[in-house]
Amino acid sequence: MATTDLNCSEFHNDQIATLSTHSLQELQHPVVSTKVFIQRDYSSGTLCKFQNKFPAELESRLDRQHFEETIQTLNNLYAEAEKLGGKSYLEGCLACLTAYTIFLCMETQYEKVLRKVARYIKEQNEKVYIPRSLLLTDPIERGLRVIEITVFEDRGFVPTS
Amino acid sequence: MHLGVSESMRECEYSQISTRSSTPMETPFKKKIPKKRKWESFPGRNKFYCDGRIMMAKQTGVFYLTLVLILVTCGLFFTFDCPFLAEHLTPVIPVVGGVLFVFVLGTLLRTSFSDPGVLPRATPDEAADLERQIDVANGSTGYRPPPRTKEVVINGQTVKLKYCFTCKIFRPPRASHCSLCDNCVERFDHHCPWVGNCVGRRNYRFFYMFILSLSFLTIFIFAFVITHIILRSSHRGGFLNALKDSPASVLEVVVCFFSVWSIVGLSGFHTYLISSNQTTNEDIKGSWSSKRGKDNYNPYSHGNIVTNCCAALCGPLPPSLIDRRGFVYLDTPQLAPPTNGITVYGSTQSQQSHMAAATPLLQQQSSEPVIITASPENGGALPSRTSLGLGGPCTSLPLGQPTPATSTASLSCQESTDMLPVHAHAHSHNHSRPLQDQVAHHHFLTPEDLPSPPAGRWCSGPEPDV
Repeated sequence: MATTDLNCSEFHNDQIATLSTHSLQELQHPVVSTKVFIQRDYSSGTLCKFQNKFPAELESRLDRQHFEETIQTLNNLYAEAEKLGGKSYLEGCLACLTAYTIFLCMETQYEKVLRKVARYIKEQNEKVYIPRSLLLTDPIERGLRVIEITVFEDRGFVPTS
Repeated sequence: MHLGVSESMRECEYSQISTRSSTPMETPFKKKIPKKRKWESFPGRNKFYCDGRIMMAKQTGVFYLTLVLILVTCGLFFTFDCPFLAEHLTPVIPVVGGVLFVFVLGTLLRTSFSDPGVLPRATPDEAADLERQIDVANGSTGYRPPPRTKEVVINGQTVKLKYCFTCKIFRPPRASHCSLCDNCVERFDHHCPWVGNCVGRRNYRFFYMFILSLSFLTIFIFAFVITHIILRSSHRGGFLNALKDSPASVLEVVVCFFSVWSIVGLSGFHTYLISSNQTTNEDIKGSWSSKRGKDNYNPYSHGNIVTNCCAALCGPLPPSLIDRRGFVYLDTPQLAPPTNGITVYGSTQSQQSHMAAATPLLQQQSSEPVIITASPENGGALPSRTSLGLGGPCTSLPLGQPTPATSTASLSCQESTDMLPVHAHAHSHNHSRPLQDQVAHHHFLTPEDLPSPPAGRWCSGPEPDV
């Protein structure tokens, strides 16, 4: 434990020294080339839906099919979260009757779906995006405004997980 | 030997302790990074309590008045009128009164304390990307282009989406920027000073329940106080004698009499809004009024009253988009002298992708001091609107609410100053959530610094995400 601690601080010392004297590129860390933002599609009203338009910056990295599949799945998941149906009405009525205290022990339908979204994004990143030096950011981290795709410089990025 | 063992044990213990509390504090050249939660650097004009669990508007004086009025009136009712009524009529009266009172208080607190549906401001990268797109569309000529709008067709109706200069986003349909709170709020209804908060997508149902139950409570108290006085005067022989016996009833009657008109009226108004799926904002502006045009209709309505009501009151409750209780991971400008911006990042961050992401940001960000500017003219212009009489409190406010058009116009004049706080704060927002499992975290950050990915956000504590 103690030794790893020392290594920690040594590593950081090294990092700082390196950073301050050399450029980041020398460290073989991924450098962000650009960020692509997929905006919201409001043509169906206020429902959470993202535009399916394939951005030009990704032409060289990703094929349309993968991209469209990702966006479509995400749109479907969000539609499920906001769906008005028997289940959501039941949840709403029950919540009202219990003065909304039921949410202390239960997750809302929306929150359940958001977990699914997070899992899906993680899976997509591992399977499709990271191998192509791209990274999807969960839209909830951007207030459900955009899907942010970070494009890293293609320098043989090795995932450090 | 015994000594040796205990020495080594002590050593292990010592190293264990240092591992656990090994925040950058332990390493000699780093200063301690105070762990801040995101609400502490929230750019809007809101007040937070209970470590970010409670969120209210800046001016809460009127809210306390509401609370006092309700508590005092109900208190007097239970103390002076209920004993008589329970004895001479039925004990069900105080029970029903009690249930109504608890419901009113619960919905009031829920409305006041929850996030109305605030949209977080754009990160610098997003804002830059949008600006680029707008410039391309306009053909930048160097002078400030006219207020930016985007048109979108929703269910056959053309809706204009306006660009918010403060939040640096195109506002979603039905969203509006509240100049009192300085936030864009989804499905903005109005800012209610009586409740001390905006009423938007996330707390509209609580607000409606509050005014509805308050109407019932007011009518209930009014009716039974009158009953009490009448009964007592028939017992005591004389109206004035009855009043002398129970002076508190006079106060209750007065309060209830004046409240009933405004609150019942407001409930009726909001029932109409819910059944037609409109916001107060839209109704006041006549956005979907047939007077505007033959083909003008509300594209958000579900078609029938029942579905509209169910959707508004029992629909799914969206989560808060601003992660109030999440931790801000970087507080770099204060920590190290910014000789080379990258050094600062290197010393506090462990995640490669963040460092990588940091460079373009640093290149964009100049060494501007972090200035938090409130918009003076907005703050100054509005206090007169917030002082209201008892008649129709909430309905009068939206008239004065300069939400979409005027607020953008006024804010556009100080776009440059707005840039700074957004820049500085959005900076911390950008790094506040580490990327999920894909990047290695350095183990000298304590476990609680790094929320476990996706689940951690929702399990941040036993309290519900209001």
